Amino acid sequence: MHYLFEPGLFSSGPVRTALLVGAVVAITSGVIGVFTVMRGQSFAGHSLADVATTGGSGAFLIGVNQFWGFLVAGVAAAAVMEAIGVQRRRGRDVATGVVLGAALGAAALFLYLGTLRTATTGASFSVLFGSIFVISPDTVPALVASGVIALLVVAVLARVLLLTSVSPDLARARGVNVRLVGIAYLAALAVSVSLAAVAIGAVLSTALLIGPSATALRITKTPGRAMAVSALAGLVATWLGIVLAYDSYYWPPHGRGWPVSFFVVALVLVGYLLSYVRPRGKRVPRSPHEGVECSPA
Amino acid sequence: MFSGLMMNTWITASIVAVIAGMTGFFAVLRGQTFAAHAIPNGAFAGAAGASLIGINVIWGLLVFATGGALAIGALGGEGRDRKSRNDVVTALALVLMLGLGALFISLGSQYAEETYADLFGEVFGVSQGEVLPIAGLGIVAALAIAVAFRPLMLTSALPEVAEARGVSTRRADLYFLVVMALATSMTVPVVGALLMFSLMIGPAAAARSVTARPGTALILSVAIALATVWLSIALSYQTNWPLGFFVGTIGAAFYLIGQAARAVAPRRAVAG
Repeated sequence: MHYLFEPGLFSSGPVRTALLVGAVVAITSGVIGVFTVMRGQSFAGHSLADVATTGGSGAFLIGVNQFWGFLVAGVAAAAVMEAIGVQRRRGRDVATGVVLGAALGAAALFLYLGTLRTATTGASFSVLFGSIFVISPDTVPALVASGVIALLVVAVLARVLLLTSVSPDLARARGVNVRLVGIAYLAALAVSVSLAAVAIGAVLSTALLIGPSATALRITKTPGRAMAVSALAGLVATWLGIVLAYDSYYWPPHGRGWPVSFFVVALVLVGYLLSYVRPRGKRVPRSPHEGVECSPA
Repeated sequence: MFSGLMMNTWITASIVAVIAGMTGFFAVLRGQTFAAHAIPNGAFAGAAGASLIGINVIWGLLVFATGGALAIGALGGEGRDRKSRNDVVTALALVLMLGLGALFISLGSQYAEETYADLFGEVFGVSQGEVLPIAGLGIVAALAIAVAFRPLMLTSALPEVAEARGVSTRRADLYFLVVMALATSMTVPVVGALLMFSLMIGPAAAARSVTARPGTALILSVAIALATVWLSIALSYQTNWPLGFFVGTIGAAFYLIGQAARAVAPRRAVAG
């Protein structure tokens, strides 16, 4: 036990903050990710994280807390993607890609202007890869609150969202406003992604959004169970990642910790690959009618 | 603006634009936009790894770009769930490579400045020696696409017909991804991972929204990519702002112009 939990792990303030924020991020991303994977919007989910980077570097430039930059840019990008057609199956990747390209260009500009002004070279690295150990305690309530709001939106919409994900036509026939549901969902996704971007970095928030949910959708039969498994898997990966990253200060090269994001990604990936090797006898039947709600991934 | 060192920049950027215009056209057509984003970005992590163990950056780029392409191609789906499965696999391949990249950077003694250069490129510092390999690679990528033009078109436009004729969509996906990986591993150190992506998607998407003919769209895509790069270099030279900013915004502007043109023109172009 002593080898896994190095001395001082639980008495360290930054570690406790990291564990708390990590849990919120993992659960939010895990639940929302199930819908992201089912709706085939993995690219949009990843792009929102990258776009949030732009907001982060913009906030860095004007000296505001990066969290707000991430949040504003993420939600704004979701609105733009929606406006130019991220909901259409055809061409939505292109719409996502164009928004992403423009946003990355703006990020390059912000970072350039930022380094001109302050000469802090570490900025671009921390904006992209995040640093869960340096979250300021003042941000924690805002982080937790936005996670809860995103989860609430998805919980309220869960049934309708499921229907529009599986069969938009059927939902439309039942009088559901598919477009409105899509917008609400994208906004929740943007909030959850910007939250993850602050915690484990804009780029790697994709890992927690897609990995656990894709794994869960492969091994469970119902979306409800998939959400539970996904949130749990994300939580385990994040906490274990934090503990390992803390321990890694004692690994070679001495005194230079390995990044949390690396451990989280590695754990998430191992989980996904394990879902391929489940025993043959237990394989879920894949007839066109059965298990259709879980078919992607 | 056209002095000796700048000439290298103009030549290199033009070759890169031609490569990006061509590969981007197929990336957009085949719905592999996400892979076009993931492969150059993942390759950047390879560069960090190569400089950690002290070998030429190009090897790291090659290994990570082709490795990523092979992983996406091998684990990707087929048939009805091709799209969503590909997206998941692409996302996971991307995060794995970036996770390794984060590790390499924190283990190495590299300055963040160099990371910044790999992501955003340093096209204004291209040496004579870097121009030739890129030109060679451009020709190889063009040939690879020319040789497989028909199967690539067929599997993109009519996957069912392609399958019936014995052309595997999956193998075409894999082939194209590897071509894209080769193309990006050469271009990333020069123009940067983010810029390469913008240059592949914006022009190709703009071209596709104004014409439905594949040949015309391909030529138009290359032409718009060239225009984007030339305009961006001139503006970046004048303002000293990063090239990536101009390429990203000009590419998006071309797309919006293309969409507007399609909206006012009689409906002849295909959706998408």
